[in-house]
Amino acid sequence: MRPAAAPGALAPRPDQRVAKALIAAAVLLTIAVLVVPLAYIFHRAFAQGFQVFAANILEPNTLHAIALTALVALLTVPVNIAFGIAAAWAIARFRFRGRKALLTLIEIPFSISPIIAGICYLLLYGRQGLLGSWLLAHDIQILFALPGIVMVTMFVTSPFVLREVLPLMQAQGSEQEQAAVTLGASGWQVFRRVTLPNIRWALLYGAVLCTARAVGEFGGVSVVSGSIRGQTNTLPLQIELLFNDLNIAGAFAAASTLTVIALVVMVLKTAMEARR
Amino acid sequence: MSLSIANMTRRFGQTEVLRGIDLDIGKGELVALLGPSGSGKTTLLRIIAGLDWPDAGSLAVDGQDWLGRTAQARRTGFVFQHYALFPHMKVRDNIAFGLTVLPRSQRPPSAQIEARVRELLHFLQIDALADRYPSELSGGQRQRVALGRALAISPRLLLLDEPFGALDAQVRRDLRRWLRGVHEASGTTTIFVTHDQEEAFELADRVVVMGAGRIEQIGHPDEIYDHPASAFVARFVGLTVELPVTMHQGRAEAPGIDLTALPRRAMADGPATLFLRPSDIAVRPDPEGCFRVAEIVSTGALLRLQLTGPDGCGIEAEMPRRRIAGLETGQPVLLRPEAGRIFPAAPRSDQPATPAPLPAFKEQRL
Ligand SMILES: Nc1ncnc2c1ncn2[C@@H]1O[C@H](COP(=O)(O)OP(=O)(O)OP(=O)(O)O)[C@@H](O)[C@H]1O
Ligand SMILES: [Mg+2]
Repeated sequence: MRPAAAPGALAPRPDQRVAKALIAAAVLLTIAVLVVPLAYIFHRAFAQGFQVFAANILEPNTLHAIALTALVALLTVPVNIAFGIAAAWAIARFRFRGRKALLTLIEIPFSISPIIAGICYLLLYGRQGLLGSWLLAHDIQILFALPGIVMVTMFVTSPFVLREVLPLMQAQGSEQEQAAVTLGASGWQVFRRVTLPNIRWALLYGAVLCTARAVGEFGGVSVVSGSIRGQTNTLPLQIELLFNDLNIAGAFAAASTLTVIALVVMVLKTAMEARR
Repeated sequence: MSLSIANMTRRFGQTEVLRGIDLDIGKGELVALLGPSGSGKTTLLRIIAGLDWPDAGSLAVDGQDWLGRTAQARRTGFVFQHYALFPHMKVRDNIAFGLTVLPRSQRPPSAQIEARVRELLHFLQIDALADRYPSELSGGQRQRVALGRALAISPRLLLLDEPFGALDAQVRRDLRRWLRGVHEASGTTTIFVTHDQEEAFELADRVVVMGAGRIEQIGHPDEIYDHPASAFVARFVGLTVELPVTMHQGRAEAPGIDLTALPRRAMADGPATLFLRPSDIAVRPDPEGCFRVAEIVSTGALLRLQLTGPDGCGIEAEMPRRRIAGLETGQPVLLRPEAGRIFPAAPRSDQPATPAPLPAFKEQRL
């Protein structure tokens, strides 16, 4: 018996020169704008040896920035998951007045530059802002402190989970949930045992995207954090600061840390996409 | 258990989907809701299950009001048209679902749940599929799992929405017989929706014919088949040939048609409409006849004739192929209806806006 030919082996062969040229161009471009800069970050970070790198990372301000960034992500992502599921549920399962408006509202963070969000918060909660005097009177510090940073990050990352979960919930329809109810399941049991398992990969995927964005957010945070060294500097802000100080090795060390976080997230995301 | 629906209406915006439904169903009965697409069958079923609520009317089960109860409290076994199995659970977990969500105080121990699942799997003849996921099953197997999931909670009322809608004819016939067996074994009051009259007649103790949100007729299958109560039901149960006739002293008369085989009827003189099944018309070659054979199509066992009348109207007749060897197109023939129903000619506007669609062309609502 003849070995089976590869699938498509009998299809007519188009001229491959154009295809090859396009592929070559794409590869070159990718190397130039993506691979080389990424590799260069690590090259510079380790250029003076591991000792210097470790010293740079363990520098208290940088270490604090890493911890703060992690904390912000830790606070932001769960809230966004809860919000994303609740909003997706409401939009996918119910017809109510203002449903379309809500959908548009949720998209806004995608289209507005984060720095505008930052400035809005500044005008609202700042000392001269709308709520400024009231906050001052009650001794509540939002700007130039953790609450402000977390709030801006939440604003910027709020659509990610919803955007992943909503299409799935809409496509799935509510029949399975109705079936569960007629079998005697309570609202919470329906959510836990029917809805959640169906959206779990989309949910994780959204959470990963949300994390990546929360960790890397710069524009909005730079306005509301006040960039106080060792206090309100997140990792991206710390990198910029080190860079402006001409502490190139320090900047690259911090940058490589951020890059590693981003790469880990990306690997997670790819693994999850394969499972969906 | 017995179920009683009175004067139930349901409106979606402007459209009245149920317009005053009155229906009583006895304990252990197997009832079919039969009607064309869009007649409100699913809506009625969903209201009984507690997935939707009427605008007016009452729903009582064993004398207790059910409209105040949630779907969760009613625990009807509802089998959806597209099964709605839980895709992330194995067959055994799908079937066990209704038992595992019981409050802790009422939940049977897990060994007992397992035993019940095993018993159902055996009963449904799908023992070998217990550890598969729904996506790994055929349509007929999914159907059985959906039914098993509903039966697991031992519902007092079993509701099935077009249970065999998505299956091919052979599987449908098998499952029909099997469902009848399930019903007899479990004794559960069962209501199932279908648009297929053969299915309704073969399976049900009683058939409820619905048209445009109203109940047109309730009765034993034979009763509906032989004595449709309205023009709508007549059309729906296959009396698709309509001939204008004139009533005269209880007899129907029409030029070129021999109506002497039909019994006399107590009806006022005047115009009327005769409803016939294509197979109830005998066609005889006759030079005097004023119908002509326009087309002859063989379907194997049957010959289907297209006949053209004197005023250009076309009708269809069917007969066994052996019986009419000598027929040719263009030949004048005489018609002799052997059975049929006569209803007073109603003004066109009184009749339902949508004629009954052929089951095969039933539109699917997405
Ligand atoms: N949620 C809804 N909103 C608006 N109209 C609806 C809704 N559900 C059903 N309808 C309308 O109610 C009518 C009856 O629907 P229903 O689903 O009860 O029909 P059916 O008899 O089950 O038809 P089929 O055999 O096609 O399933 C249809 O005209 C449909 O468009
Ligand atoms: Mg329906």
